Amino acid sequence: MIELRDIHKSFEENYVLRGVDLNVSKGESLVIIGGSGSGKSVLLKHIIGLLRPDKGTVFVNSMDISEFDEEGLSESRKKFGMLFQSSALFDSMNVWENVGFGLKRHTHLSDSEIKETAIMKLKMVGLVDVEDVMPSDLSGGMRKRVGLARAIAMNPRILLYDEPTTGLDPIMADAINNLIIKMREELEVTSVAITHDMRSANKIADTIAMLYNGVIIEQGSPEEIKNTANPVVRQFIEGSAVGPITLEGMVR
Amino acid sequence: MLVKFIELIGAVIEKPAIGLGRIMLLFYSVLKIIPHPPYEFRNTIKQMLEIGVNSLPVVIITAVFTGMVLALQSHTGFKRFGAEGLVGSVVALSMTRELGPVLTALIVTGRAGAAMAAELGTMRVTEQIDALETMATNPVKYLIVPRFLAGMCMLPALTVVTNIIGILGGYFVSVMLLDTASKGYIRATWSYLEMQDIYSGLIKAFFFGVAFTIISCYKGFYTKGGAEGVGRATTGAVVYSSMTILISDYFLTAWLFR
Repeated sequence: MIELRDIHKSFEENYVLRGVDLNVSKGESLVIIGGSGSGKSVLLKHIIGLLRPDKGTVFVNSMDISEFDEEGLSESRKKFGMLFQSSALFDSMNVWENVGFGLKRHTHLSDSEIKETAIMKLKMVGLVDVEDVMPSDLSGGMRKRVGLARAIAMNPRILLYDEPTTGLDPIMADAINNLIIKMREELEVTSVAITHDMRSANKIADTIAMLYNGVIIEQGSPEEIKNTANPVVRQFIEGSAVGPITLEGMVR
Repeated sequence: MLVKFIELIGAVIEKPAIGLGRIMLLFYSVLKIIPHPPYEFRNTIKQMLEIGVNSLPVVIITAVFTGMVLALQSHTGFKRFGAEGLVGSVVALSMTRELGPVLTALIVTGRAGAAMAAELGTMRVTEQIDALETMATNPVKYLIVPRFLAGMCMLPALTVVTNIIGILGGYFVSVMLLDTASKGYIRATWSYLEMQDIYSGLIKAFFFGVAFTIISCYKGFYTKGGAEGVGRATTGAVVYSSMTILISDYFLTAWLFR
């Protein structure tokens, strides 16, 4: 369903992606792991066309979206729902207006129908009686869940998650993990998540891929990754400061 | 030696040139996208309220006191050579040709231009603009076009208010405080005022509206660097817009009164 071929991307002097190849099949849940600054977010943004590669192609449903103009990209994006790291809720609107934003823009539903749909989506993510609240009055966990409700409002085929559990307490993080699994099962979506939370990755993934030095160095099921012989992957999943991966700015 | 000198020129010009180029590109994409549906009527009306109606209090205060001080200064100055009878004309011509459009533009830039940069800048650094794109909504169309159209329409409208209130302020000072005859002041106001004075001021206001909205939206839309970046964007929006207004004022005046 999604295929990235030989993706290269630089920002001024920073050569972030150095030939990434990735394949996501329909209905699969892929989690991309990697250190801070490894390019995970950059990679995710290529899938939905927020960034264009310097070299390489991005296929979504067998169409090369890296060649699309704004209008074509717009059409392609209607298949997607994305949950941002900071939730990215529109702070000039209340919760139901946020969740129903896509419906307001792209359908002819009335405001009351949109509000009803929004309330239903909010219920799916475990939120009730918040539809008239402003985003600034919500807690971090609630904002994340509203962001998720907004991402699923248009019944997308593909869901993208940018660090879904980062910044949440362990209980809320697990609640989000369960929601991600629930979305996959109830909505039968393909999902791509990026995270450095190994607990989350192991719980929600069918496949885990590790991004290091701008390329995918290993890809496999959570079991296979857990038993990897690759010292770089080992160091990351065990969470050790000692190993082949050096910390930025530090002397070895 | 010569190479070093050329390098120096290049180093100084590079950043402003890039900035100017990007602003022109944004201006072009705004113009290109305006005719395409969906038309953001609601957002545009909302911006007109914000930029126009909500600026009225501060614009009126500016206009009143500008008209008043203009009348006071010209009266005391002209008295030296016996030309106090011309105060009405001075106020009318100064307001309509120059002070009306320029002061209104500067005040509204400080208010609405700063707000645009801050709002768009905050949206940028919290990924709300990315979120709009992922929801198949063109952020230039949704955010910038309404502000652009509103600024373009509201600045001439506010300038009309400034002109009228300013002339009234001048009347108040001249007639109530400086004992000028009411009929004399009114006659002086109208006798030398021409249509060209009024519409040249409104043409200037139109250009100033285009300038401050594009510059402020540009600064906000391309903000980088968190809260500090938003602060820099807001200051930059007001400073560059103000400079552009003052510099273009000279050239527009020269062109309009050639």
